Order: sequence, then structure tokens, then C-alpha cells
Amino acid sequence: MVEAVRQAVSLLFPLDGNLSQIILLTIYVSGSAVTLAALMGVPAGTWLGLQPAAKVRWLQRIIYTLMGLPPVVGGLIVYMLLSRRGFLGPLELLFTPTAMIIAQLLLTLPIVIGLTSVAVRTKGKEVVDTLLSLGAERKLLLWTIMKESRYGILGAIIAGFGRAVAEVGAVIMVGGNIEGQTRVMTTAIVLEVRKGEFAFAMALGIILLAISFAINAGLYKLQAGGRDD
Amino acid sequence: MTNSSIIRISKLSKQYGNKEVLRVEEVALRRGYITGIIGPSGAGKSTLLRILNLLEPPSSGDIFYYDRKIPADKAEIMALRRKMTMVFQKSVLLEMSVYDNLAYGLRARKLPRAEIEKRVDTILETIGLSGQRKQRAKTLSGGEAQRLAFARAVVLRPEILFLDEPTANLDPANVELLERLVVQLNQDYGTTVLVVTHNLFQAQRITRETIFFCQGELVETGATEQIFTAPRCEQTDAFVRGKMIY
Repeated sequence: MVEAVRQAVSLLFPLDGNLSQIILLTIYVSGSAVTLAALMGVPAGTWLGLQPAAKVRWLQRIIYTLMGLPPVVGGLIVYMLLSRRGFLGPLELLFTPTAMIIAQLLLTLPIVIGLTSVAVRTKGKEVVDTLLSLGAERKLLLWTIMKESRYGILGAIIAGFGRAVAEVGAVIMVGGNIEGQTRVMTTAIVLEVRKGEFAFAMALGIILLAISFAINAGLYKLQAGGRDD
Repeated sequence: MTNSSIIRISKLSKQYGNKEVLRVEEVALRRGYITGIIGPSGAGKSTLLRILNLLEPPSSGDIFYYDRKIPADKAEIMALRRKMTMVFQKSVLLEMSVYDNLAYGLRARKLPRAEIEKRVDTILETIGLSGQRKQRAKTLSGGEAQRLAFARAVVLRPEILFLDEPTANLDPANVELLERLVVQLNQDYGTTVLVVTHNLFQAQRITRETIFFCQGELVETGATEQIFTAPRCEQTDAFVRGKMIY
């Protein structure tokens, strides 16, 4: 472990060229996937959370099930879609960062939708009734509900980011772990373990955790409204 | 339909599943009156208020606002909705400042900024929260929170104001302040007020007409003085004398 920490520090100071590329690609892929998941999932989850529970119970159950979608299954679906004979084959996206983003989006979107819907539903009908009786029209009502549920929604995005950045099965399947092109932190760790470079793999793991901590700290600060309490 | 009624209800019924929780044959609310709704718990009083405030639809029957049925057009519904507002028994304050809570409905109506500031500052003064205008509303005490929720409705100067037990759990000073606000709003702007209350003294203090509900049914309606001194129905008589009715 000490050796791993020592190696992690030596990799970071000065920053190795290959490693910086891997770090940047990791942030790019997971950041893009989570941003897209937030843009799609927050409005969808808000809508879901505002529906009567009985009306959307099956949809809610499907979303909850997809929240636990095994990454390899998600990767397989995206692989089949993007492969030469797949529906999106002509786009030639397989083994590109875009394919990895799509795979991570598939895994994070249900998490953002599901947890956002819970956050909105928890706020309750009382808030909706209050806004309606204050004269809020539909757009203003939805916007206010999202603002009122912002702590829960940011929690959903944090959970989505955690899922994306820690994911390996899907990205290795659709990205291929190609050096300099589709290698991210998790796939690099898998490779180093296979080579028997456990200390180096652990060093990469420590760096991945540090990146994850830094991003989550920022999101947490945002969630707490800029306060650290 | 009389010329002086602002809302008329006809053959209204509300059911949850197979259970009918509210039935009103015919009743009209007089324009510019403060009308009280009294009755035991579970009598359907709050449900009626929610239906009248367009928060939920009736199972059957008709409601006429200003001589017209509820419009089908969304823009017209919004216009109608913005003529009225409601203060709930359990007030919900938004996760924003005291000032922004008060300005919310005015901004939704796209009033000029200067007008919003003027109205909000005036009402803040009236409810004694001028010093807390920037404070987060969620940090207010129970009494302050209810005053704010009340002021948030009053600041809109609605044509119809629905109050669902607005002074429950408040101390006498706060009760007096809120009652004064209701009466002032009614006098200054001709606002029609429909107030559900369990406080029979309050009903006698501020209302001109009273409606008595029991077990989901409208039992009796009339001038407040008549309801409390010479009710026509035995159930009403028992209720206003403090005897339980089930």
C-alpha cells in the first residue's frame, strides 16, 4: 500500500504524459455521460415524480430495475447497436470515446431519473398545490419544483457520476481499452492487474479516488448551497 | 343565480373510490362577503376548498365562477386561477428568502418590479417581518411562517381568498393580526373570503355568512348570526353549542 501511494505521488509529480491523457479522457467520458444524463434525466424524473404514484407504478418499477442494470449487459446492448450490423453501425462509433459515453449514459440515466423522481415525490403534493394556488403556470411550476428538490437532484447526479466513473465492464466492451484513444482509469487498472503490476494498478486506483473525491466535493458544495456545514 | 354571487355550486359530489366524501346540492357564495365553513372533522370542508381552488376536480356536478362554468381552455383556467388563492392549514414555504416567497405570485403574474417591491415592503411591515426580508423562510418560527404564508396570499390582492384553518395552532396575538388582515383585505379590495375554521368564536367575529357541513353534506347555510343564535337544523344547533356530532 505504501508503495502504491509512493508510485501514485511519483506519477502525479511530475504528471506523466500518458497518465494525463487517461485522466482527461476519464473526466471527459464520465463528465459527458453524467451531463447528458442530468439534462435528460432531471426533467424526466421531475415529470415522473409529479405523476400520481398509481399511474406510473410500472414505469417506476422499470426505472428502479434499470438502476441496477449490470454494466456488461449495458455494454453488450450498446455494442450490438454500434457494431457493423447494428442499428447505429453506419455511424462507426464502436471503439471510440463516443461509444463509451453512450454506454455510461445508458447506465447513469436510470439512476438520475429514479432518484430525481424520488426527490420530487418526497417534496410532496403540498408544494405543487402551493405553487398552483400562487398562480404558477406549468413551466414556472416545473422549474420551481426542480429548485425546491435541488438537494435530492444533486444527490442523484452525484450517484450517477459515481456509477459512471467507477464503471469498467461496459467501457471496456465498447471502447476496447485502446492506448491513447479509449483507455480510461478503470480500464487501465484492469490492464495493469493483468500484467501483475499491482502497485501501479493501486496507484491508479488512488488517483481515480482522488479525482472522484475532488469532483464530488464540488458537487457537494453545490448541493449544500455553497455552505460547507 | 343571483347577481351578487361570485361562485355557485350545483349538484356537486366528490368520491374517493366508492366513498362519497362531499355532496352539495346548491349553494352560492356572495361577492364581497366573508363566509365561514364550520363542521366536525372529516365533514368535507377542506375538500370543498380544494375543489373550489381548482386543485382537484369534482366527481360530478357544476361550479360556476362569475356566472360561467369552469372553462376548458388552459389560458382561461390560468386566468381564473390567478383571481383566487388559498392559504393551507399546513403552510409550505419555498426554499428561498422571505422576500422571494412574498414576491413569487406577483412575479408569476408578471407585475412590474417597482409594484412588486412596493407591495412586498408594505405587507412585510404589516406582518412585522421587515427585519427578516432576506432571511431564509424555512428558518422562521411557526407563527412567523404562518404569517408569511398568509401574507403571501394577501399580497396578491385576490378576488377570492380560500383559507383552510389559517390560524390553527397560533397564539392569540397572531390570530388577531391575521383576522385583521382578512377583514382589511375584504374591506379595501372587496375580496370574497371563504374560511374553514374550527374556531367558532372566530367564525362569529369575522364572517357574515356561515355554512355548516356534516359528514360530507351541506346541512345549513345562512347569516352567521342566525346560524349561531337560531339555527334551523338540530345538527347545526348541537354543533354550535359544542356538542359532538357523528
